[in-house]
Amino acid sequence: MAEMASVAERVTEEGKAPAMAASTVDLAPAKMAVAHLGLRYGDFSALRDVNLVFPERQVTALIGPSGCGKSTLLRCLNRMNDLVAGCRVTGSVLLDGQDAYRFVDVNDLRRRVGMVFQQPNPFPMSIYDNVAFGPRTHGVKRRADLDEIVERSLRDAAIWDELKDRLRKNALGLSGGQQQRLCIARALAVRPEVLLMDESTSALDPISTAKIEELVRQLRERYTVVMVTHNMLQALRVSDRTAFFLMGEVVEAGPTDDVFTHPRDGRTADYVAGRFG
Amino acid sequence: MNSSALREGTARVLFSAAAAVSVVAVVLICLFLFVNGVPAMAEIGVPEFLLGAIWRPANGLYGIFPMIVGSIYVTVGAVIVGVPAGLLCAIFLSRFAGARMAMLLAPGVELLAGIPSVVYGFFGLIIMVPIIRGLAPGHGPSLLVAALLLGIMILPTVITVARNALDAVPRRYYEGALALGADHERAVFCVVVPAAASGLLAAVVLAVGRAIGETMAVIMVAGNQPVIPGSLLDGVRTLTANIALEMGYAAGLHREALVATGVVLFVLILLITLFLNAARKRGGR
Amino acid sequence: MRRLSRVLRWLVYAGAALTAAVLLAITGFVLINGIPHLTPSLFEWTYTSDNVSLMPALVGTLLMAALALLMAVPVGVGAAIYLVEYAPRGSRFVRAVRMTSETLQGIPSIIYGLFGMLLFVTALGWGLSLLAGACTLAVMVLPVVVRTTEEALMAVPDGYREGGFALGAGRLRVVARCALPSAAPGILGGVVLALGRCVGEVAALLFTAGTVAQVPDLLGAGPAGLFDSCRTLAVHLYVLASEGLHIDEAYATAVVLLAVVMVLNGVAALATRMMEVRDRG
Repeated sequence: MAEMASVAERVTEEGKAPAMAASTVDLAPAKMAVAHLGLRYGDFSALRDVNLVFPERQVTALIGPSGCGKSTLLRCLNRMNDLVAGCRVTGSVLLDGQDAYRFVDVNDLRRRVGMVFQQPNPFPMSIYDNVAFGPRTHGVKRRADLDEIVERSLRDAAIWDELKDRLRKNALGLSGGQQQRLCIARALAVRPEVLLMDESTSALDPISTAKIEELVRQLRERYTVVMVTHNMLQALRVSDRTAFFLMGEVVEAGPTDDVFTHPRDGRTADYVAGRFG
Repeated sequence: MNSSALREGTARVLFSAAAAVSVVAVVLICLFLFVNGVPAMAEIGVPEFLLGAIWRPANGLYGIFPMIVGSIYVTVGAVIVGVPAGLLCAIFLSRFAGARMAMLLAPGVELLAGIPSVVYGFFGLIIMVPIIRGLAPGHGPSLLVAALLLGIMILPTVITVARNALDAVPRRYYEGALALGADHERAVFCVVVPAAASGLLAAVVLAVGRAIGETMAVIMVAGNQPVIPGSLLDGVRTLTANIALEMGYAAGLHREALVATGVVLFVLILLITLFLNAARKRGGR
Repeated sequence: MRRLSRVLRWLVYAGAALTAAVLLAITGFVLINGIPHLTPSLFEWTYTSDNVSLMPALVGTLLMAALALLMAVPVGVGAAIYLVEYAPRGSRFVRAVRMTSETLQGIPSIIYGLFGMLLFVTALGWGLSLLAGACTLAVMVLPVVVRTTEEALMAVPDGYREGGFALGAGRLRVVARCALPSAAPGILGGVVLALGRCVGEVAALLFTAGTVAQVPDLLGAGPAGLFDSCRTLAVHLYVLASEGLHIDEAYATAVVLLAVVMVLNGVAALATRMMEVRDRG
């Protein structure tokens, strides 16, 4: 219901965003963008007037202290916030210039905008069935097609060699790092255009984290990635662009090098230097 | 100092004695059932008793095969009626109902669970039997009514246990499915339900136990002929009904044969309990 | 895919609707047919074939349930205290108690009836009596009390107990002063559940307490009245329904039974809410 009400409010915003995008982005065209995005949980305002662009085939990192709204923003990009009762969204979220909240089919949006969660969440079924779940959902039935998709996705997630002999084993038997890469493979299996990563390495050990960071650098060649991280070194290592959030607002956004080495805002400078709070 | 140690010691002894009562009760139940039932089984002959097709105590014929089959038929019928509806209702309460709807329906399910079986039997006798009689003249109390009524009676068991299992499925499975573009129904039926499978199995097994053990409601609507029913509209007698119907006036070997019927029922229930524990253990992994 | 989802959704709704319909049908059937027949003559102290009074059965239910709980609750709560507060985890005795308690819970009531008849009625020579029936019910509801009390005690945060121990209190004192009070609503819920089973039981009572429609003569004969046969409301309903001569009175009895169940469910819901409030506070 809340969703329907907010659609009307967002109609007027459409069209402004591309103009805004052009003024702030470098060469790459914007795959996704948000314009004047606001979000409230009941009385609490979690996001206020957020304007950001996510250029195609680039990694954008969202950083900021916990509770600043970065995960909330991420969950607006594939409308996972729809699940939260009492959540109201204003402004617009654009995918290829189309308003994501006016997509008739939210499931299609989520197919095009994949997500990897903070905690690895493989389903309690076999590795194969985990990866095949998405394609099956979207109507792929032929065994040969599924086999091919599963192999390609696991290869893309750089975990094929580790798992190819145990595809029938239960996914819950894998280590945390393997589970998370399996979840990435599962997300890639539906051929998304954008990949959202919500602190996807925070539950993992350093070696697994390094593997996933390496993976993200490779994925950039084909996918648009938006990642939330609380690890500034990680943002520095893997992202092309960085946006710094504070209390539901974007303080500063731009190429990662600029944000980290020449921050324009004093609060950004304090945060990236670890002097915050 | 000394008196407090004495008090602590006494308490410990009393509490452990209370705990031992369960063990003693099971031992006594087994003892009394087996001591009174097994000799009769030996006297009648185990194959004649378990596989004999004729129960006619007046003529010394004690075959409980029709009752074993009757119990199985009635239970299978109850499962066919009650389990799908119960599981679907549990899925509704756990994943489809709004908060207000669940607040309305859940106490209703608890009420269903609390209604005594004799009230269900009364309902079956007064409402369901005449309906069947109207549709199929000459019939009435039958396997069909017993299965339908028992199916209704196991609903609350199935719903409560299955709902708990579904509610315990971590939220991240559901979210993960949605994030892949699955709709609500697919996320629920293809991820949440399989994840709760062992709990759902436990719900079904528990319901089977209830259905096999139910006595009064079945007696009131099943017709109770000690013959293997040829159709859904024929009467049927279960193991439980056999005991309850005749114990009041039985004596001698007849009485012991009824206790032996209880032994068979008891063993059946023990097997189900074992199966239930296995299902739970698998789920606990 | 879309069509399958729609079908599944309607199936789920149908399952819920069916359950609601069954509930409405049964309660409606009992209340609509029964309430008009709740006449004063049904509540006369002595049963005759003219008044078909349910009063002796009502009193019988109260006595039977009270006696059964008087035996089952102390033993059940004591057993649960031992399992949760005293027993070394995973000892063989504890495993045996758990296993037998689970077994008891699965045993059908007719088996309890057989057992009660063989032990209390025949072996101990009590005859069909209030006492034999109550003892049988006590064994039957014992696992219910044990399990719910166990769950309630396990839900008590360890901090409560540690607070007690830290003050130098003995285990008994910690249990009595810290654990039991905060588990009380949960235990109450279990007692109510057990009470509900006593009230609704028939199969376990037919051959232990019998079906005589009279108030046990506890006032006149004293403890000897414990050995009088008597019937509970549920047994009364069964007898009336199977005789088929007094269907109106059977309806009325069903209303009283249903009302008792509703009250008990209300109390149980209240107890649950109290537990939840405590857990939050």
